[in-house]
Amino acid sequence: MTTMAKIRKNLPPVLMFLLAGAVLLVTWIAVHHRLPEHLIFLLPTPGAVWAAAGKEAAVLARATFNTMEGALLGFGLAIAFGSLAALVLSLSPLVRAGLMPYLMLLQLTPIPVLAPLLVLWAGAGLPSVALITFLICFFPLLVNTTQGLVSTDRQLVELFRMWRAGRWQELWRLRVPAALPYFFTGLRIAAILAPIGAVIGDFSAGTSAGDGGGLGFRAYYYSTQAKYPELYAVVAITGGLGFVSMGTVMLLSRLALGRWHDAYARNDS
Amino acid sequence: MSPASGIVELGGVAKKFGDGPPVLADFSLTARPGEFLSLIGPSGCGKSTLLRLIAGLTDVSAGELRVDGRTPEQAAAELAFVFQEPTLLPWLDVAGNVEVPLRLRGATRATRAAARDGALRLVGLAGREAAYPRQLSGGQKMRVSLARALVLAPKILLLDEPFGALDEMTRERLQEELLAIRAQQGWTAFFVTHSVAEAVFLSDRIFVMSPQPGRISAEIAVPLPQPRTAETRLSRAYQDLIVAVTRRLRSAEPATAA
Repeated sequence: MTTMAKIRKNLPPVLMFLLAGAVLLVTWIAVHHRLPEHLIFLLPTPGAVWAAAGKEAAVLARATFNTMEGALLGFGLAIAFGSLAALVLSLSPLVRAGLMPYLMLLQLTPIPVLAPLLVLWAGAGLPSVALITFLICFFPLLVNTTQGLVSTDRQLVELFRMWRAGRWQELWRLRVPAALPYFFTGLRIAAILAPIGAVIGDFSAGTSAGDGGGLGFRAYYYSTQAKYPELYAVVAITGGLGFVSMGTVMLLSRLALGRWHDAYARNDS
Repeated sequence: MSPASGIVELGGVAKKFGDGPPVLADFSLTARPGEFLSLIGPSGCGKSTLLRLIAGLTDVSAGELRVDGRTPEQAAAELAFVFQEPTLLPWLDVAGNVEVPLRLRGATRATRAAARDGALRLVGLAGREAAYPRQLSGGQKMRVSLARALVLAPKILLLDEPFGALDEMTRERLQEELLAIRAQQGWTAFFVTHSVAEAVFLSDRIFVMSPQPGRISAEIAVPLPQPRTAETRLSRAYQDLIVAVTRRLRSAEPATAA
């Protein structure tokens, strides 16, 4: 009975998801068949995309691996340095006022402008791709985590002071756990941005030398070769990476916060 | 009784924040060990500021304040504070929350467990150790907050409208239980409230305060016998005291107030 109820509760969203997918697919194919001959390359059939992906499977797999490598490396760097910088910024309003403008400069500079510099400094390929991913993921993590660290309930801070908690105790036992929901909000945004960042990075600073480049380089290559079904395959893979990245972080946040935070909790109480 | 025997002594205490008008002026009061004192008065009369001064969360601007014969800072270990909000740590379960102050002091696991069990039994939450705050009702959360204050075995309990956000029935039950716990432990209580009935039920003495600047406008002894129970609320003496305190409270308010 309870399993039946569960299925009934979860069925409509799944059904809607499949239905929306089917509608999209049918519309796509319908549009494809109505396009004039000379424009048909704009919207290849899903079958043609699938076939192209199959033909290029080895190259695309290699490119996907390279992009994931850059995305994960940059994402990891962003988590490490974003959290660290947030801890520093949370020290005092003075520190925030002094450092924030410089950190914002990182975010405000367009990647294509920075890319040539990064290639000069770090070398083309993985190092630059990881750095660009880092730059894109860093800011949302920094801003959210800092916000969390300075938003601790004032009365809780006063209680900790009355209990004679030291600065470190206050940080690790109060401010850091209280900031976790904010941190995970930043992490979710960064998780969406990481694959995008890696692809943009690869597009601006990637290289086919040695490892064949990542998905950004593939997209560039296929577009110059007018290989549009292959280009669509890259789009699909990039989207898929975003979903996997986002899903993993959602799962992690639920594991970390599910027991105590309403927004992440299942309805178990 | 000589003033020197007070566990909390305020002599001519004044408090103002920055260049603002004084929040408290020439405030004197002596609490005897084990006394239950209520502070009641209109908003802005400095009740909460008084608690924060005794807690050492803010310093007096003038006058003398001694807690257990020392400064509030030195007496921090003897003080416990309960806010109107339960102010629990949502990421810790009930047991973890009650143990926090002990953990900060580096108490051993065995010490923590024994004190935590004792405190949870006092507030009637034994068996709920593994529950998280989000799974508890408002009344249960306040019980956890009380247990967390009691786990330190304080000499002085400072309560800032702890039951103000609870429904009437829960509120009355917690009042009765608070008095029962006090009968076992004998701490001194400073209780801020907006409810005359609550002040009369709980207190040995009630201080009616008036604002601008905050000062004592009346002191009323509550000679109701202990132990006080639900039955007490039906007594004539209790009802008369409510009327008396209400009258004093009315005259403490500015004449222009509605």
